Amino acid sequence: MDFVSGLRCRECGRAYPAEALHVCDFCFGPLEVTYDYEAVAATMSRERIAAGPRTIWRYADLLPVRDTSPVDLGAGFTPLIRADRLAAELGLGELWIKDDTANPTGSFKDRVVSVALTKARQLGFKIAACASTGNLANSVAAHAARAGMESVVLIPYDLEAAKITMTSVYGGRVIAVEGSYDDVNRLCAELTSEQPTWAFVNVNVRTYYAEGSKTLAFEVGEQLGWQAPDHVVVPIGSGSQLTKVAKGFEELWKVGLLDEEPHVRISGAQAAGCSPVATAFAEGTDAIRPVKPDTIAKSLAIGNPADGWYALDAIRSSGGSCASVTDDEVVEGIELLARTEGIFAETAGGVTIATLAKLAAQGVVRSDERVVALVTGHGLKTVEALSGSVGPTATIAPTLEAFDRALGDTYEPAHQPAARSPR
Amino acid sequence: MSIKVRIPTQLRTLTAGVGEVSVEGSTVGEALKALDVAHAGFAERIFDDGGGLRRFVNVFLADEDVRFLDGLATPVADGQTLSIVPAVAGG
Repeated sequence: MDFVSGLRCRECGRAYPAEALHVCDFCFGPLEVTYDYEAVAATMSRERIAAGPRTIWRYADLLPVRDTSPVDLGAGFTPLIRADRLAAELGLGELWIKDDTANPTGSFKDRVVSVALTKARQLGFKIAACASTGNLANSVAAHAARAGMESVVLIPYDLEAAKITMTSVYGGRVIAVEGSYDDVNRLCAELTSEQPTWAFVNVNVRTYYAEGSKTLAFEVGEQLGWQAPDHVVVPIGSGSQLTKVAKGFEELWKVGLLDEEPHVRISGAQAAGCSPVATAFAEGTDAIRPVKPDTIAKSLAIGNPADGWYALDAIRSSGGSCASVTDDEVVEGIELLARTEGIFAETAGGVTIATLAKLAAQGVVRSDERVVALVTGHGLKTVEALSGSVGPTATIAPTLEAFDRALGDTYEPAHQPAARSPR
Repeated sequence: MSIKVRIPTQLRTLTAGVGEVSVEGSTVGEALKALDVAHAGFAERIFDDGGGLRRFVNVFLADEDVRFLDGLATPVADGQTLSIVPAVAGG
């Protein structure tokens, strides 16, 4: 049995049963899952979590669906890596990277999809669908295959090659739409009215789907020894992940899993070519003006972010900030993380690291804070972004002389006889 | 001018279950007001107190968000299609 008490409209407060609903029938506001937190607190404990699977499902008491056999490829419980070398470069103190590149299909989307399709199956849906910038497409196609569900995935036609291959290989239907992600999203939002038996994970199942992102906060709390960090930097596409990370830390406190009340500053990261939330933050307004995206960070290229307003609210009320970085800075961010910590992130991770660097330089992210940066997708998905930036140090003939010539005097010659040990 | 309006599931209780209706109007705003005259209840659902579109309602004219055009003042041509779409989707 789950601990869901129902759904509630974030705008007008109307209550709904926990069914296949995603927006308020009256005002179109988003529906939020509500829980019986007293019952959760009476059940959930650090020991119970530690005895659970090493996946997101160890936190099932705070997820919107319960199933003894969830739709699961092993999402979650990804490494939280202490990043001292990166911290030193940025002038920070205690810095951690939440490495969600380690998820089954290489991004945090496995968290939300595992939750969404488990709930969709329970609600009786047979077909999994989504509008995606790529990472979600990979994950829906893979999890649908795992669950034996049909899938229909809609993507912008100009996605990175790896994301298209990584979606198509699972055997579902992949529809490349001649338009932007916002066009694909609008099409899917209209399709949900025409195909009510399809589970569009980020449209008509979005209320449940989005809850999966809370597990990022749950894991960070557990991996820090049941303490919350002081500051988290989160990339913003739709803004859903950021709002759910905030909700996750609040819930950990609410159900008694933390010793001290968390005061987590949450800062948002966007690409300059698609920065409606960062722009509204800088201008001090509540109004998010939609934009036409133009950035290499395609996984964040959502010009009309559904949760933009709520992300802005979570940033401001937590004392965080929001900034945007250029495409060149995104590439530098990818390379900096790889060079200092051995983690290869996709463009969204470059956005996070470059924004972290910017906010650190501004003194917004401080050296006396315990900081966590969310790196949410694997670099192999977006290798195009690095073409021309990285490559072989040299291309040589297979001879020792050529090797020495290529590396010059930066290394000891490889064939120096004196370096050989006698037999 | 006759405009087709596509209706999302959430509002089909106002149109007896029909997903597409025709209205008259020369701007997006006029067409949506005509929709409320033909099917009472639309206005309070899609407009806020100031008469603008609610924050979580998107309206598309020929598949373009009217906020990239002239909003409710955007002129419409005979035979064009307006779509009312809940904004909370995606990502």
